[in-house]
Amino acid sequence: MFADILTVALKEIKELPYLRRDKSRTNLFTLILFIGVFGIFLPLQTGKGWVTSPLNLLYWTWLPFMLVGTTMVDSFAGERERHTLETLLASRLSDRAILFGKILAGVVYGLAMTLMCILLGLVTVNVAFGKEGLLFFPAAIGLGILAVVLLISTLASGLGVLVSLRAGSVRQAQQTFTIAYFVLFIPLMIIPMLPATVMQPVIRFLMQTDFTTIAIGAGLIVALLDVVLILAAMARFKRARLILD
Amino acid sequence: MNTIAIRTSSLRRDFGPIHAVDDVSLEIAAGTVFGFLGPNGAGKTTTIRLLLGLLEPSGGRAEVLGFDTRTQADDIRQHSGALLEHSGLYERLTADDNLEFYGRVWHMSKADRQARILGLLTDMGLWERRKEAVGTWSRGMKQKLAVARTLLHRPTLVFLDEPTAGLDPVAAAALRDDLSALATREGVTIFLTTHNLAEAEKLCQRVGVINKGRLLAISTLDELRAHNEVPRLEITGSGFSEAMLSKLRARPEVRGVAEKSGKLSIDLQPGVPTAPLVRLLVESGADVEEVHKGKASLEELFLTLVEEETETPGVSKAPGF
Repeated sequence: MFADILTVALKEIKELPYLRRDKSRTNLFTLILFIGVFGIFLPLQTGKGWVTSPLNLLYWTWLPFMLVGTTMVDSFAGERERHTLETLLASRLSDRAILFGKILAGVVYGLAMTLMCILLGLVTVNVAFGKEGLLFFPAAIGLGILAVVLLISTLASGLGVLVSLRAGSVRQAQQTFTIAYFVLFIPLMIIPMLPATVMQPVIRFLMQTDFTTIAIGAGLIVALLDVVLILAAMARFKRARLILD
Repeated sequence: MNTIAIRTSSLRRDFGPIHAVDDVSLEIAAGTVFGFLGPNGAGKTTTIRLLLGLLEPSGGRAEVLGFDTRTQADDIRQHSGALLEHSGLYERLTADDNLEFYGRVWHMSKADRQARILGLLTDMGLWERRKEAVGTWSRGMKQKLAVARTLLHRPTLVFLDEPTAGLDPVAAAALRDDLSALATREGVTIFLTTHNLAEAEKLCQRVGVINKGRLLAISTLDELRAHNEVPRLEITGSGFSEAMLSKLRARPEVRGVAEKSGKLSIDLQPGVPTAPLVRLLVESGADVEEVHKGKASLEELFLTLVEEETETPGVSKAPGF
């Protein structure tokens, strides 16, 4: 089973838009945009706070969500749209090996890209603001970022699978996923941009409350969502059902 | 190995009120090429899905390679290869990547994978193009690659769903030659669906004819012809009057007469002598230039079977049933 999951994941990684041989300028531009925004622009804008402010954890929810989500949509809805799914289902692979292989590829991809942006961001803040010494994430924030990326990647995977299985095409799946993104994340993205008068009480509340408690609480909620979505995906991803779809 | 590769008994699959596969019973011997003939929407693809265990039957049962399709579908897929309605190739990947992936899926060792890929791609004339993305290939090349993928893990049973559909005549003929050679060399059981009768004639030892989910006939092509073909007399000449044709139609050995552009086609009862009919025409004043005694083509036979089923549903002409 594990070997089958790895086989599927390797194939998915080879098919990733940025790695495959027919990579287009659009794909390359999107990749550069992501890296530029999260690795250079935002660290420059935020300064030392890029590594010290716990609020910046919110940024790391957005990137893996979008990267993994779009990958999942391409992987599931795309496989059906390109008429490759039925052949895969006619092979000896189990439903779960196919499902988890695809999810693994998406999560690995989200993690790798996010880590690349994190490292580039560290270089950027150190080059721009690190004259007094090396700037690095405090251990709690560093671990928090890793946990956030992992949990959000899994969340995006589960959501991507369910959206894709219900959509008639890749385009429709992408649209539905984008709506889900707006519903879930726009409020989180707005918070750091609020005026100082509004932000002060929020920051004061967060500083007074134990950060670890908040982070663990939020993490548990997302982890629970992850489990629910993955279980739903497992229930939905069945051969006979997929053939009839 | 089981000498019967596929055995179905009153197999049925309904989609709401539609009987996509309706009471199909058949047996296919191991190591043979079986052609499943039928027009579009006849139930050919649904039958393959049922045999692969991708769909649950609504009734009846099927055994493939000795495994029950309801309870042992994984075992069936383990030992089978399938080229379905679409080639199922990953067009963004190279030919090599496509075969590598499926080689890993079937747990082939690296050395075995590489040797097998070399062998199959060389046989198919694709080895030099193996590093190209499949999306850039012609349809014929893709279909050949899909056949190679289907055979990669040396399955004992192969399902080919209209493998030459959409190919130009040259590509289709080339693929048929490859399939024929491979079937002989690999010794696998092939379940081939097609509506191309020449293809069935070239490749298949036995055929089944299906329409609207019902199996109309199953036998060898020769048996099918012997049971269903209509002997036909084709006479070229002039002076064929309506009175002459009426005389012919009145004779008990004549099943039908048609005249078109100086050519008379007379469908006969089996085994009747034809000389008296020619004599009748000559004595009635017709100028006979050429007489040809033949049989309806396989295509005409197929159309007859399908049309008869359409006109009188449920009346099977299946020899051997």
